[in-house]
Amino acid sequence: MHAEHSSLLFLLIALPALGALFNGLTGRKLKNDKLVHTVAIAAVAIPAVIAWVLFFQLAGMDHHNRALEQTLFNWIHVGSFQIDFTLWLDPLSAVMLLIITNIGALIHLYSVGYMKGDASYYRFFSYLNLFIFAMLCLVLGKNLLVLFLGWEGVGLASYLLIGFWFEDRENAVAGKKAFIVNRVGDFGFALGMMALFVVFGTLSPAGDGGINAQLAANPNGFDTNWIEAAAILLFIGACGKSAQIPLYIWLPDAMAGPTPVSALIHAATMVTAGVYMIARMNVLFFHAEFASSIVLMVGAATALLAATIGLVQNDIKKVLAYSTVSQLGFMFVAMGAGAYAIGVFHLMTHAFFKALLFLASGAVIVACHHEQNIFKMGGLWKKLPLAYASFIVGGAALAALPLVTAGFYSKDEILWEAFASGHQYLLYAGLVGAFMTSLYTFRLIFIAFHGEAKTEAHAGHGISHWLPLSVLIVLSTFIGAWIHPPLAGVLPESAGHAGGEAKHSLEIASGAIALAGILLAALLFLGKRRLVTAIANSGPGRFLSAWWFAAWGFDWVYDVLFVKPYLAISRILRGDPLDHTIGLIPRLVKAGNGLMSRTETGQLRWYAASIAAGAVLVLGAIVLV
Amino acid sequence: MPLEHLLLFSFVLFSLGCAGVVLRKNLLVMLMSVELMLNAVNLAFVGVARMIGGHDAHIMVMMIYVVAAVEVAIGMAIVVNMFRQKDTIDVNSFDAMRG
Repeated sequence: MHAEHSSLLFLLIALPALGALFNGLTGRKLKNDKLVHTVAIAAVAIPAVIAWVLFFQLAGMDHHNRALEQTLFNWIHVGSFQIDFTLWLDPLSAVMLLIITNIGALIHLYSVGYMKGDASYYRFFSYLNLFIFAMLCLVLGKNLLVLFLGWEGVGLASYLLIGFWFEDRENAVAGKKAFIVNRVGDFGFALGMMALFVVFGTLSPAGDGGINAQLAANPNGFDTNWIEAAAILLFIGACGKSAQIPLYIWLPDAMAGPTPVSALIHAATMVTAGVYMIARMNVLFFHAEFASSIVLMVGAATALLAATIGLVQNDIKKVLAYSTVSQLGFMFVAMGAGAYAIGVFHLMTHAFFKALLFLASGAVIVACHHEQNIFKMGGLWKKLPLAYASFIVGGAALAALPLVTAGFYSKDEILWEAFASGHQYLLYAGLVGAFMTSLYTFRLIFIAFHGEAKTEAHAGHGISHWLPLSVLIVLSTFIGAWIHPPLAGVLPESAGHAGGEAKHSLEIASGAIALAGILLAALLFLGKRRLVTAIANSGPGRFLSAWWFAAWGFDWVYDVLFVKPYLAISRILRGDPLDHTIGLIPRLVKAGNGLMSRTETGQLRWYAASIAAGAVLVLGAIVLV
Repeated sequence: MPLEHLLLFSFVLFSLGCAGVVLRKNLLVMLMSVELMLNAVNLAFVGVARMIGGHDAHIMVMMIYVVAAVEVAIGMAIVVNMFRQKDTIDVNSFDAMRG
């Protein structure tokens, strides 16, 4: 693949970086909130415009050579290990770029209203710009090492923003947890990169001589074990960033951050980095069958597990967080089934409707005076019509309501691909997951928006409130599904590409299941909720809801297995036992010194006596022996 | 007089001197005891020299006398100085070099 040079690419990462620097350095002194958000929004909106320009330039290029690149500088050059800081835009990264900059700009705009009056207003926007910078490094990096730079950068921004209100200890702890759990994944990612360098001698997936090109040209020329190992290690990295079993535990806690952050980072963009990375490495995963089957299993298991947890949560943001984990599971199912383009398509529609749901939940939370428990809300639909409409449209898209929503088209494709790739049981798992998705989504809506009102709610207003919500509402309907990312040149065609008779029956079945979930939710949660109370109070019901509410006890297991032993070890080490052991030597020497200096009495007669005694001893020894 | 007796006498003298250095506290007496030890050694030298002949041992003895005389001169000077410092020549009261 031959790439054309483009000198506009560096602006995409330079502007957010400058925005972050400007607000971070001057915000505290200038104390001008208007300037802060103008700069921050411009730092994302201008790249969004550039992104569209580049996208259309790309669309006008030859089908096989659709790529733009710009080398900024030579980053590392040690022997044969050469890393250039090169930005690379092909249709895959262009899709991510458009999602990040456009949804990012909308969420920046929304934050203007949401964060109004916060003491650290400038700090918030500085972090958001930093996040956009790192995320764009991640998707535009031609080299895996540049991608990794962005990967770590978004982790840092996520940490800073989860713990944004760090005065509250819980938030700081949640930020720390996210950072530490991600380190586990990053460890796998780094090892994966090393394995790739050993096999291919390069860390660039794309471009001439890149990993994908090498592998596609010579599929049998490389050691399968190394390829499988590299793919599994990279997937461990993806598990951390994209919150899959067993590393998903940080994402629900990450909801401690401000709600726009949850929308941008922990739903729409950062958590999809793992999916993007696998799509970027698609040829590698295509040739690593065992690793792909692991991706498939983990994705399906996560989709189901997170859905069961979502069924019983009562914090509005936690329900959405678990639904994000579940939807990411669906994306990984697509990746594991070899339907990379479909996975990226679901990534895109999910970014639309999940950002919408989170922004709307932010509106609800603010309206209810920072109350997040859905059982303390109720009857909100009259007072918050826009948030209600957002939740209905976003929830319908999440539940994949047939024909009218964006989620239907993408999720349905995933189920079909899982089936077409020969994993029939995954289809059933996916259908069960889809059923639970619509159940918990509409449970949330019915409990929070219907029934009797329990709080005084005040609707938000201003352009920063209604514009982002309205745009995302439109994108969450079938209109969003019309945007078909032009990925044919970058990602391979999948098994179920041809479609077929069975696909239509599957579409009908999954549509029926989504409707059934909504109806069941209406039956259970609209009105008196007698049935639900009865189920929840029965023996197994109580056990299951407690178990699922505690997220299947993963946190407890990790606490017992890792956190407690670690703390125990650190308690032992707090007294510095090693130092004491080494300290024994000087203490022995000092004791010996004390003993010897006691013999030095200063008494001349003692010296004379000991000389005489010594002489006698030596003479005696000579004579006798 | 057989050599054994002479050596035995020399040994007894030396031991007496040694005991004097170790047991007595008076610095003057200790110096005198040192002289006694030196003379015990001289006696052994002379005795052995008579038995094996030659003049080496005699030269050695003369040298020891000279050294002993010098030692007494310097030793007495030191003792006088020490007495001036502490008004006593009890060796136990001089322990400034204690570790």
